[in-house]
Amino acid sequence: MSNISRRKFVTTGLAMAAGASGIAVAARVARHHGLIPPDAGGLYGPGETLTYAAQRLLARHSMAREFSRTQISENPFANEVDPLSDEFKRMQAASFVDWRITVDGMAARPASLSLAEIRSFPSTTQITMIGCEEGWTYIAEWGGVPLAYILDRVGALPGVRYVVYRSIQPDWWDSIDMADALHPQTLLAHRMNGNELPVPFGGPVRLRVPRQLGYKNVKYINRLTLTDNLKLFGKGTGGANSDGGYAWYAGI
Amino acid sequence: MTVPPEQSGGQNSAYRSGCHNSITIELILVTWLRRKPRLSAAHGTIPGVSDSACIPSASSVVPAAVTTKTVPARHSGLVRLTHWITTVAFLGLLVSGGEIVLSHPRFYWGETGNVNMRPWLNLHLPSSRDTVPTGYGYVLPDQNGWSRYLHFQAAWLVVGTGLVYVLFGFFAGHFRRDLLPSAADLSAKQLGGSLVRHLRFERPGKEEEWSYNVLQRLTYLLVIFVLFPLMIWTGLAMSFGFTAEFPLAVRLLGGQQTARSLHFLVTVLLVLFLLIHVLMVVVAGFRNRMRAMISGKMITGRATPPTE
Repeated sequence: MSNISRRKFVTTGLAMAAGASGIAVAARVARHHGLIPPDAGGLYGPGETLTYAAQRLLARHSMAREFSRTQISENPFANEVDPLSDEFKRMQAASFVDWRITVDGMAARPASLSLAEIRSFPSTTQITMIGCEEGWTYIAEWGGVPLAYILDRVGALPGVRYVVYRSIQPDWWDSIDMADALHPQTLLAHRMNGNELPVPFGGPVRLRVPRQLGYKNVKYINRLTLTDNLKLFGKGTGGANSDGGYAWYAGI
Repeated sequence: MTVPPEQSGGQNSAYRSGCHNSITIELILVTWLRRKPRLSAAHGTIPGVSDSACIPSASSVVPAAVTTKTVPARHSGLVRLTHWITTVAFLGLLVSGGEIVLSHPRFYWGETGNVNMRPWLNLHLPSSRDTVPTGYGYVLPDQNGWSRYLHFQAAWLVVGTGLVYVLFGFFAGHFRRDLLPSAADLSAKQLGGSLVRHLRFERPGKEEEWSYNVLQRLTYLLVIFVLFPLMIWTGLAMSFGFTAEFPLAVRLLGGQQTARSLHFLVTVLLVLFLLIHVLMVVVAGFRNRMRAMISGKMITGRATPPTE
């Protein structure tokens, strides 16, 4: 082995060792700061983690674009949902007077909120775009109670890291981190374009998280669970979509 | 690698073809330089030394002292590495991007677009969603989960690789030396001549073996500094998380759906580039050019018969 190749060999070895330990340190720091998404394992974990960490580091508090009233879509597209359950249809026939949203998990005061209570809570409106991962979009005015208000009301414990939200429809649930859960534009939406939220668009209550794609905006919400560990839910990737092979973080 | 004299005897054909004197001299010089051993592990030339973009500069080639006989790499190690990483990432982006398009094979201008609105472009392809009326009697399986994962992972890879390549290109003189056309090359006569030679699918002459012709240079510059940046911009302009922080990224383009349409149109241009690029490699001598981009080595004087 000549001098040059030995030097090259040693230098390359040192660089690789430094690189490997650098990645290990970066992973520890990232985990400590909550920059690792629940679906970080697996083939596409690196890309998913880079996207999630980059957006959380650089744009944690950014606000989704809001539009003017004239930009509201005349022909919004509701997308299709699985056939509604008998339980849902029964409540729909009774104008959802029996609809309740259970809030449990890491809360000082777990609650079961009626639709009337939800509607009586302080609400905000936003004219934002909803975009499907398929590529289509529409703009609507959404009205509802900020999720942050609900979390405050039930006394979310300091260790809460995720809010898991479920639809009354079977096997339809997802979760968001606290950056989105406490974000002022994240709503339990119950109004759309000045009316009660229509059923095809998720009525009576839909989670609206406008910095993420449509599939995170689960329809027919009836349960919120505050947690610090998504491994306890489903297959552990934080949602029915991510358990089924979609990215958990849909800010891109 | 060593180049046996009988293989590198390209001067004779250059003489026969009646090249301009200076080119002949250059060829002799190149042939001579290639026979000389190279000391540095680095490739090619030292920035700022050679004004002629065609040949490795004499100053980078240190005669004697080293016993192993080598020729300079046709493409530097970094160019070769980033080229193939970009190739893999681009193919990943293309396959996954095409798959994602199948879930809504329609395109719109402005901010909003959905099946209730009129598209400017309907690809009339089968779709992976039964909500899209396609006219086909079947619905393709949903592949968007892995497609989106792969798309963004490959995007990170290509952006990271591109960043390394662009920094290298600027600081190591690769852009100035290898890609920037000379003022003389940009004359209408030169451009026209190069265009005609391309349209005739002529094999490149020996003077192009160690360099790029003017159309090649302009095309590479277009791909590197216009098309790839446009892909990244229009891609990011579709990200709700990104546009929340940088709303101008999508507003300047004219809207979310315009960004998606442009992303598609630039893809078409890049695919066009890829096809022509591969075709030209075949025309110029597939094995030798592939060898040059994989190992950096080239068998000179064999791949290209005399021109004219």
